[in-house]
Amino acid sequence: MSVVYIMIPIALCLAALGVAAFIIAAKNGQFDDLDTPALRAIFDDDETPPDIKKEKNITKEDDI
Amino acid sequence: MTTNPATSDDSICDHCGLPVPSGLYEPESEHQFCCNGCKTVFAILHGAGLENYYKIKSAVDANAQPASTTGSNYEELDDPAFQSTWVTQSEDGTAEVELLLEGMHCAACVWLIERLPRVASGVIESRANIRRRTVTVRYQPDSIKLSTIAQSLDKLGYAAHPARGKEARAIRVKEDRKFLIRVAVAGALAGNIMLLSIALYGGEFDGISESWRTTFRWYSTILGLIVLIWPGRIFFTGAIAALRTRTAHLDIPIALALFSAGIWGTLNTFRGIGEIYFDSVGVLVFLLLVGRWIQHRQQRAASDSVELMLTLTPSSATLIDGDGNTKRVPIETIEAGMSVRVAAGESFPADGIITEGSTTIDNALLTGESVPVTSTTGDQALAGATNLSSPVTVRVQAVGEHTRVGKLMELVARASEQKTHIVRMADRIAGYFVIIVIILALITFTAWTMIDSITIGIEHATALLIVTCPCALGLATPTAMSVALGRSARAGMLIKSAAVLELMAKPGTMLLDKTGTLTAGATEVVDSFGDQNLFKAAAAIEQSSNHPIARAIATAFGSDLPTATDIIQTTGQGITGTVNNQSITIGSVDFVLRSTKSEIPPELQPKLVRLLDRALTPILVHNSTNNSFALIGVGDQLRADTATSIKSLQKRGWNLEICSGDHPRIVESIASQVNIHTHQGGVTPEAKAQRIADLKAHNPDPLRPTVMVGDGVNDAAALASADVGIAVHGGAEASLQAADVYLIEPGVAPIVKLADLSRSTMSTIRLCLIFSLTYNTVVASLAMAGLISALIAAIIMPLSSLTVVALCTRAGKNITPTKSTSTPMESA
Repeated sequence: MSVVYIMIPIALCLAALGVAAFIIAAKNGQFDDLDTPALRAIFDDDETPPDIKKEKNITKEDDI
Repeated sequence: MTTNPATSDDSICDHCGLPVPSGLYEPESEHQFCCNGCKTVFAILHGAGLENYYKIKSAVDANAQPASTTGSNYEELDDPAFQSTWVTQSEDGTAEVELLLEGMHCAACVWLIERLPRVASGVIESRANIRRRTVTVRYQPDSIKLSTIAQSLDKLGYAAHPARGKEARAIRVKEDRKFLIRVAVAGALAGNIMLLSIALYGGEFDGISESWRTTFRWYSTILGLIVLIWPGRIFFTGAIAALRTRTAHLDIPIALALFSAGIWGTLNTFRGIGEIYFDSVGVLVFLLLVGRWIQHRQQRAASDSVELMLTLTPSSATLIDGDGNTKRVPIETIEAGMSVRVAAGESFPADGIITEGSTTIDNALLTGESVPVTSTTGDQALAGATNLSSPVTVRVQAVGEHTRVGKLMELVARASEQKTHIVRMADRIAGYFVIIVIILALITFTAWTMIDSITIGIEHATALLIVTCPCALGLATPTAMSVALGRSARAGMLIKSAAVLELMAKPGTMLLDKTGTLTAGATEVVDSFGDQNLFKAAAAIEQSSNHPIARAIATAFGSDLPTATDIIQTTGQGITGTVNNQSITIGSVDFVLRSTKSEIPPELQPKLVRLLDRALTPILVHNSTNNSFALIGVGDQLRADTATSIKSLQKRGWNLEICSGDHPRIVESIASQVNIHTHQGGVTPEAKAQRIADLKAHNPDPLRPTVMVGDGVNDAAALASADVGIAVHGGAEASLQAADVYLIEPGVAPIVKLADLSRSTMSTIRLCLIFSLTYNTVVASLAMAGLISALIAAIIMPLSSLTVVALCTRAGKNITPTKSTSTPMESA
């Protein structure tokens, strides 16, 4: 059971790493905008060139 | 105009989905559009392969909005003076600029704006922020001009404005990040202390070896002290600041509890016996910080939205140089002595003298006058007034703070500085709370010292201080407030300070501005007597004029008009023309009677008197072919919903008063229409602020607020000095800055909702307070009886906090959201 003496500091160090990562992310502005990224999730990856797109007949009823 | 309307009735715009007006229906075309803006955007989107916009739009079920392109060329953005202030150059040769966009409101907009590089080559990246409605554009300054980028956004239907206040915002962003980090650190530490505590509590029941117990207690203490010193520090600094200024503040009892817990817990760890409370401390700090962060976020959203409104005022002017050439320049570069051209519809950038041209000027926002002034060469024009009818050249006399507006703004700044800070309800209670808790702790200490020993006395007294920590009280206010602020945004109000909700809960005295607040602030046809054909003829002639009265007549009788010819205008008096071979004269009564050498028929005489009694401007129409007359009364009319709103405010016990800069007769007429007995006309901006100060000085009950409602620069000082300043929709920049509340929809109807929302919020908070005080009484008696343990505290404290949070979601539940206004704040 004396492994706990080692495990607690290790667990706390891991938690500290997590907190440090969060702080770095926050300082880099990752959490400045909490609304727009939620909307970005619904966009398709559509980096296809325009000319291919034109062939498609897109109407409003199309499903995403 | 020759299309059969039946075909276009069921046709909808291919861009925004709104019905296509019959005049714009094109039978041969595959696509139909409601306006030119939509047509342009549709063409751009298809040209660039961005049709996905429509799929996303229908998927997120966004409200239909026609694209409004301004067609401006944004020349002023390329000015070096502008570039050096707003554009950030980076080392790799790219430049970055932040622009505020009008009309960005849904996911499809975000998608489209972020595809800007496809439409404008030279743009590297464009990132939208839906909450603040801004876009950050990174581009190659060598291959694309900033004005071209702005034009591209404009063509997509999003009019761009430079985002002002860059430094202030950078500071705020830093603040926000720090706040969030505090919440996260408190959360992580609280979680870890809890894990250690579970082992300790388990040990209490099932037995634990002394060495384990000591280890776990030491780890808890270290983590607990970090919580107190790092994220928990703000409660201590808050409490110290409050003590220094001798004001009651909720931070004081919280800091007291945290302090006792920290000291006593550390001592007990050293001693190796007794309770430690660090698990409760961790959760407490975390929950309180979360509550405050949510409220902070909600308030920030409101102030950000108001900031956007501020940026919509023009930031450029047309300068005329020595050679007579015109050039768009940023407003900051204008100096006294320069000549500027002000087009019809624009506002004057500075105070000055008109040197060329004559026009009508709308001073409604500046002075509260509802009737536009006719001005010509040699007359004064004030910065912020709107040039209504024709372009004029103005020689600048004063700019910036030296203008009349600038001087008024100084008054506003002074008034805001003198504004007394109200003591919030939770803080007031906290004041009594601290005293009671300290007395109880002293009683507990003395009693237990006498019964047992001094150590037991200290132990029970500290336990009392810790468990009576008003965490539920501390959470109740911010949670209920942020719920209410979110609901108010949906109901069409942006509230900059949560204190407003406390102040508006009880009816007090409300000072109302007239022009633009009770009335629409624009000239309209209110009444008319005579032959319908004569009105049509008048409208046909008036169509060619830009005068506000002419426009009112043209709009009022505007459909299926005959053609008018031989139009001659006499500035400030009237207009003549020929319709269906009949010569028509329109204008002021004097002008028409004089120029047609006729007399007003007796049957129109009483009607004319009645129009004058109602403070309307009479306009006479004369047909010289058959010598017939018609009479039109124009004026600034009450908004449709004003009377009902006023009535419901009066029913709720509000004292209403009208205070306007307009002519006393007009004010009196409006006041009698809405049944307000106290009214004053011809009031200067300074006198308005004075009236508010008088009302505040003679206010018998501090809980009954003095409220100012207004829209103009002339109201700004009064808005700033009132307990609550409410700026109505379409108001001037100054009034937005000075006010605590901004109404998104036109009219005063949202104020009724604001009063209801405040009342409901306060009753919710009161309910939460009763609950949390009951809880505190129970735990205080337990602690005094010496029956409290760290485990009971750890269970009961967060439980009470969470119950309060659940209760708080009721705040303002019965307030109906406005369907048409959708702001990104709703998701907050």
